[in-house]
This record gives sequence, C-alpha cells and structure tokens, in this order.
Amino acid sequence: MAATVRYADTAVGTELPGASFPVARVDLVRYAGASGDFNVIHWNERVAASVGLPNVIAHGMLTMAEAIRVVTDWVGDPGALLQYGVRFTRPVVVPDDADGATLEVTAKVTELLDDNCVRITITASSEGQTVLGKAQAIVRLA
Amino acid sequence: MVLNADFIGRAYPASAPYLVGREKIREFARAIGDGNPVYFDRDAARALGYADLIAPPTFATVVAMQASQAVMFDPELGLDFSRVVHADQYYAYARPICAGDELIVSTRIENIRMVAGNDMLTTQASIDTIDGEHVVTATSVLVSRGAES
Repeated sequence: MAATVRYADTAVGTELPGASFPVARVDLVRYAGASGDFNVIHWNERVAASVGLPNVIAHGMLTMAEAIRVVTDWVGDPGALLQYGVRFTRPVVVPDDADGATLEVTAKVTELLDDNCVRITITASSEGQTVLGKAQAIVRLA
Repeated sequence: MVLNADFIGRAYPASAPYLVGREKIREFARAIGDGNPVYFDRDAARALGYADLIAPPTFATVVAMQASQAVMFDPELGLDFSRVVHADQYYAYARPICAGDELIVSTRIENIRMVAGNDMLTTQASIDTIDGEHVVTATSVLVSRGAES
C-alpha cells in the first residue's frame, strides 16, 4: 500500500476535495450491466411508479461507489481503504431528461486512530437532500 | 410478513469460485466512472506494490451477487423480493480484490429483527481466496417493508 497523504499532515477537520458526479439514465444501464443488478426500478419508470417511487432511482451501490471516490482519489492508493460503510437513506431520483441527476460529495477527517489510520465522514446529496447516512470510511495513511 | 428468527445463524453453502478478470475490473470501473489507473493499467498497479490490477472497493458486490441472491430467493426464508430495500452496506477489507483472485463467498444470516413493522435482515458474507486467504467481509442490511407501509 502506498498512500500519498501523510498521517502527520492530517487533523480532525481536514477537508478532502469534494466532487460532483452527474448520473444519467445511461449510467444506470451501464451500471446494471457491469454489476449484474438488473432490478427494474433502476431502469423502468413504469415499474418505479408502480411501487410508489417518483421516478427511476439510481442503484444505491452506484451512489456508494461514487461517494468513496472522494476518499480514494485523496489517499492515492484505493487499497489503503480498510473499512467503508453507508446507510441508504434517500434514493437518487434520475429523471429521463438531458441533465439527469447530480450527486454532490464532500468528506472530512473526523477522528484520528491508531496505526496511521483516520476515520473520514462522507456526505452525499442530490437535489439538496442527503442520500447517504452514516457514510464513513477508515483509511491508513502514510 | 414476518421472517422467522430461527434463521439467525443460517449459513449458506460457499459459492462456486469467482475468477476476477482484468476486463471485468475495467468494465466495472468504467461503469462507476472511476478512471483511477490502478483499475486499468498493470504498471500503475504494480507501482503501488500489487501483483495485477486491483478492483474498486465496491467491486465486492459483483463477487457476492450470486451469494446474496441465494439468500434473497431462499424459499424457506421467504423474503418477498418485491418489498426488499437495501438499507445498509458495510465492507471491511483485509486487502483489495486483485485480478487473478479466485474468490469464494460464504454467507450467513447474522440477525433478523422487526423494526416499525418491517423485517430487517442482516447478512454477512466472507469473501476469501480458494486458498483460504481472507480478502473482504461484506455486511448488508435488507429491509422488507411490511404490507401496510
């Protein structure tokens, strides 16, 4: 493992560079194919509506994958990630238009741990509403 | 519906080995829009000390897909798939998944409880190489919404 961020340079409150991820219908189709999750609510508006959703929603696991980018891009080596967990609190609704949805992700260090590890708390939102809860990662720094 | 708490501790047979391929890692990385060179370029992965491409952290979901479906469609457990929502996902990594790994998934039901009229099912999947090296543990919480909600 070769994290490029040094533990010694990190403090509680250190902010990681945030990122913004566009999510269009085609991204959901591509993720369905690559992941093997073909749940109909991620690509069929009729079925999504029939189960009470406002529209097609993104795979929670796609949102989870995008949110951790902020951490893995910061730390340099994705293999420095030791733990990662999220709660799916609200769906990312993806309308069938030119813009689709946007996922906004920020993160900061919230705890310094032993062995050069830090806890990072991630916030992810779409349309101004938080979509992940208890989103935390533990990474080992250099 | 109410899931039977007797299923807590139920273990499912280990999955058939999943061979992690370079092109599958690249396909998955493209699908999540992540261009990190360690997912695409063997030299970049080797420069960080890995034997081959490593997979993005949530690639574990691909490896565990068949095993999770065995639980979700277990007729004896009786989960109503049309009412199931993925509530929580948690990974603990011993190391990243790497191209060339042959992985088996051993799943067990950790907990079943009723919260606000909904069944909450916690499963834990241990992902290990065929040689017995532990790679990642995946813990999932599924909620089966009650008929009235």
